[in-house]
Amino acid sequence: MHTKNILGFDVPDFIEGFGDVEHYSGVWNKLKKENIGETIISPPVKSRVAHTSKMKNSLKEAIDACNPHDGMTVTFHHHLRGGDYIVEQTIRYLAEVGIKDITLASSSLTSAHECLVPFVKDGTITRIFSSGIRDELGKAISEGHMKNPVVIHSHGGRARAIKTGRIKIDLAVVAASAADCEGNCTGSFGPSAFGSIGYAMIDVMYADKVVVVTDNLVDFPCIPPSIRQHNVDHVVKVETIGDPSKIASGTTRITKSPMDLRIAEMAADAIEQSGVFREGYSFQVGAGGASLAVAKFMRDKMKAQEIKGSFMIGGITSYCVDMLNEGLFNALFDVQSFDAAVSTSVHGNTNHVEISSDQYAGPYNCGCMTNKLDVVVLGALEVDTDFNVNVITGADGVIRGASGGHSDTAAGAKLTVVVCPSFRGRLPMIKKRVQNVVTPGESIDLIVTERGICVNPNNKNLEVKLKEAGLNIVDIDKLREEVDKITGVPVEPKFTNKIVGVIEYRDGSVIDVIRAVDTED
Amino acid sequence: MEIKNSAQAGTFESSDILVMVEPVAKGSGRDIDLTSSVYMHYADSINNVIIKVLDKFKIEDVKILAKDKGALDPTIEARVETAIKRALDIQEGTL
Repeated sequence: MHTKNILGFDVPDFIEGFGDVEHYSGVWNKLKKENIGETIISPPVKSRVAHTSKMKNSLKEAIDACNPHDGMTVTFHHHLRGGDYIVEQTIRYLAEVGIKDITLASSSLTSAHECLVPFVKDGTITRIFSSGIRDELGKAISEGHMKNPVVIHSHGGRARAIKTGRIKIDLAVVAASAADCEGNCTGSFGPSAFGSIGYAMIDVMYADKVVVVTDNLVDFPCIPPSIRQHNVDHVVKVETIGDPSKIASGTTRITKSPMDLRIAEMAADAIEQSGVFREGYSFQVGAGGASLAVAKFMRDKMKAQEIKGSFMIGGITSYCVDMLNEGLFNALFDVQSFDAAVSTSVHGNTNHVEISSDQYAGPYNCGCMTNKLDVVVLGALEVDTDFNVNVITGADGVIRGASGGHSDTAAGAKLTVVVCPSFRGRLPMIKKRVQNVVTPGESIDLIVTERGICVNPNNKNLEVKLKEAGLNIVDIDKLREEVDKITGVPVEPKFTNKIVGVIEYRDGSVIDVIRAVDTED
Repeated sequence: MEIKNSAQAGTFESSDILVMVEPVAKGSGRDIDLTSSVYMHYADSINNVIIKVLDKFKIEDVKILAKDKGALDPTIEARVETAIKRALDIQEGTL
């Protein structure tokens, strides 16, 4: 049976290969209960005899020691980004020894994981949980080549799913850029350093078996022990965990695109006038063009007005590190580091704190860091006139993005700003209805485009403030019409009825589904 | 009018369209070969703009090779018009 959810999206009550659907019911409707009525799963009780070795000679040997079996759930973290070798090596070996029906639950999947396409097609992998899916893998899934729909979750949503056993981990494989023989490990130094290892912190607490893989075995003890030995079963030294040049490189630069800079400047002006920009404020920006550029303008404003912030959080770039070092913020809370320069700071600066994805954004705990956010600046693949945001499917309908912390931070922040050009490569970015919703409009306050700032009508006070400050406020319906006149109205992609993806809201309800693209033509 | 020379206008840049015009035998009609980064969304629209310009210059026999990277209608129109004028040797000013 098909029903429209409260946002008006067509989501059935039951999804083949997924199960019964708990429909999305609003940003805080479920979480405001404080006691959810579910319990956290217990990981198995483990023990170990003193002075025995955890070292295995190869990844294969370590996997063999973890009772690989059909239907198993294997998890990874995606801090190695496009440079990751470990997901492929693990899955390839499991396929080699004939394991089928694997649930792959990586915190996200990147361009390094196109190699999984054959394993999805041949039934080695039949289920995926991930924040993001891209490139050829996204295409294969959108074209219906996978047995069960993928589940797209936010970073906070993944922590929830692991704690409740929705993702019940048989084997967690943790790549580390430095580790000791007991499994104390980190990503903050070594030839393949990637910074925070925050996404894996939750896996090792709830997994049946944990394997730490490193290309840099250091003398005991590995300091800092970002992940600690009492949660680790086996340790493997390999030649390399990935391609360092694709894991993290250099420093993230501020965009030179005049369009992105213009949007960023407008967004920064809106933040300044919103009332939340004051001594002790907290701030998060993404690493993308216009989003990161907002940090540049905020940095100038903080210096000019001598305003000092409390903390920055999230995906941390070298730009955030610079602001910490200049004394503009007291602390950085880092679940994922975006460039090589950040690793040194994670390693050396006590005010640069590595946090787990649960502490970062988990909805099922006594209060995550995103709940303390004053301002977050986010990107979008497209938005609609109800302020809903799509960050998962492209204009061709194919899965090509990531949920990330988008809905977590949007829900938590007092002021949620989405920056996006009014059109991109001719395609209008403001739709009557987004193709897929990841973050509900209820949690978005501002959409900033180069043609003006749209204020969510449920935030009248903010609109008044920004208008009084003389900012260019535009009605989102009128802006959509204006842009459509410039670009022409695009022909939308066609979909079949087959559901290939389920988009979970951070609280575990289903906010939308992704349908297979219709390739008949 | 009759196309005598091959000519082109435009670039491969984002938001532009590269248009190449080639003469064909009389009576062989219009052959428009379009590739576009937004083909799914605007193929008909782009073709219509090209046809509109061909109509304006009363060109019946031509091969047009158009490589689009998200150009807006006025850009497409201008690039096609310039390419045709160059092919007809009637373009004035800077080439």
